[in-house]
Amino acid sequence: MSLITSLGRYVLFISAVFSKPERRSVMYRLILKEISELGLKSVLFVIFVSLFVGAVVSLQTAANMEGGWMPRYLIGYATRDAIILEFSPTIISLLLAGKIGSNIASSIGTMRVTEQIDALEVMGVNPVTYLVRPKIFALMFFNPLLICMSMFVGVLGGLLAVIFSGESTAAEFIAGIQYDFIPFKTLYALIKTTLFAFVIATISSYHGYYTDGGALEVGKSSTKAVVYSSVVIIVCNYLLTQLLLRS
Amino acid sequence: MIELLNISKSFNGKEILKDLSFIFEEGQTNLIIGQSGSGKTVLLKCLLGLHKPENGSILFDGNDIVDLSSKKLKRLRNQVGMVFQGGALFDSMNIEQNVLFPLQLFSDMNKSDMLDRVNFCLKRVNLENVNHLFPSEISGGMKKRVAIARAIVLNPKYLFCDEPNSGLDPYTAILIDNLLQELTYEYGMTTVINTHDMNSVMEIGDRILFIKDGQMSWQGTKAAILNADHQDLQDFVFSSELFKTIKAKNR
Repeated sequence: MSLITSLGRYVLFISAVFSKPERRSVMYRLILKEISELGLKSVLFVIFVSLFVGAVVSLQTAANMEGGWMPRYLIGYATRDAIILEFSPTIISLLLAGKIGSNIASSIGTMRVTEQIDALEVMGVNPVTYLVRPKIFALMFFNPLLICMSMFVGVLGGLLAVIFSGESTAAEFIAGIQYDFIPFKTLYALIKTTLFAFVIATISSYHGYYTDGGALEVGKSSTKAVVYSSVVIIVCNYLLTQLLLRS
Repeated sequence: MIELLNISKSFNGKEILKDLSFIFEEGQTNLIIGQSGSGKTVLLKCLLGLHKPENGSILFDGNDIVDLSSKKLKRLRNQVGMVFQGGALFDSMNIEQNVLFPLQLFSDMNKSDMLDRVNFCLKRVNLENVNHLFPSEISGGMKKRVAIARAIVLNPKYLFCDEPNSGLDPYTAILIDNLLQELTYEYGMTTVINTHDMNSVMEIGDRILFIKDGQMSWQGTKAAILNADHQDLQDFVFSSELFKTIKAKNR
């Protein structure tokens, strides 16, 4: 299928997501369920990755400051900026595209090949609204919270690493974290995260929804969901950075 | 009653259904039979509004669904129950939630009435004390019965079944057939069953539509099949030695 056809189908798919749901109360319950399934179940994963990557970023920064002419608080400063600007919003979103994206695509794809989506349609339920909208809302609400947590844990990982390795003191590191702090950078990170959450939810759902065939195709859809979500995240990351930080 | 008038449907230039006309009677089990690839499933999907035929009309008690707006089609679908080949139960829900699902979306009952209705429907299909099991924890026959319970929970006027006893042992298959026929008579539904199981044809075929290459090749009742002077039908129905013997004895 050509790129333009796929794009057109994606746009129609998104417009169907926002048609009126059957029951609002059911929709709220589904959103909470998706927050639990897709969001809460990613908390430990995000904490684990953020803690260790934050530690590595601070140790690498320290290693690049050999010679002693640069102030040690710069370790905290560099770690903070690396975590807030790029690692938490972009890299964690890419990891979530793998974890959550494949989950969404395979669950919807399995529903498609086992006729569960047809069953919804025959009952008079709009399957796109019913299945996809709660996922979009859940991710757009919960991913920014996950990323805030990742920022905190990442910086904490950096602090613990420099203290245990003796590269710097806690006071120096915390001074670095506070040095030249621009709140807009956090807002920029959260804007990126929200957009990336939309990208992960919609692209993965799209590939799952249009699965055609059997178990093999579900696997292929899952792979496509991760690849396309990641590619779109990388491109959007560049465009948003240009738009929000450089213009 | 569902009336098909000159239905045609093609995919990628290949005509799957050709000028098909038939009447599915109310309060009877109407069977669509035919070889694999004859167009049975496409016809069923047209009846369900999942495929739109290029030509012809499909009248549900006089209302043509072919050009119905999505809003009106949705309203009609609340009167339709469907039993899919594999059951199509929602994996993430337990049995009770599966049967409860249409009620939650389309009825104004309170929760206790809904649960009573769910339990009534499960009991009606001879399932009890399975409410909290998940689809992965029950047998194929039980899945079919849960699917039937879900299909009848809203008291539908029309019931569609796609090969309801495929993959089941002969005993369970007959139980499912009989259950469908009982429910049809009990609720006066227009039941349309897609099958290529000859036991079903002989057990519950009140009205039978035999399709060959997308066209109506024969129509009649289970009693009429035995003496039908129609070579394709005879080849299809009496392909097994067992049915050849039954036919011979009958004569």
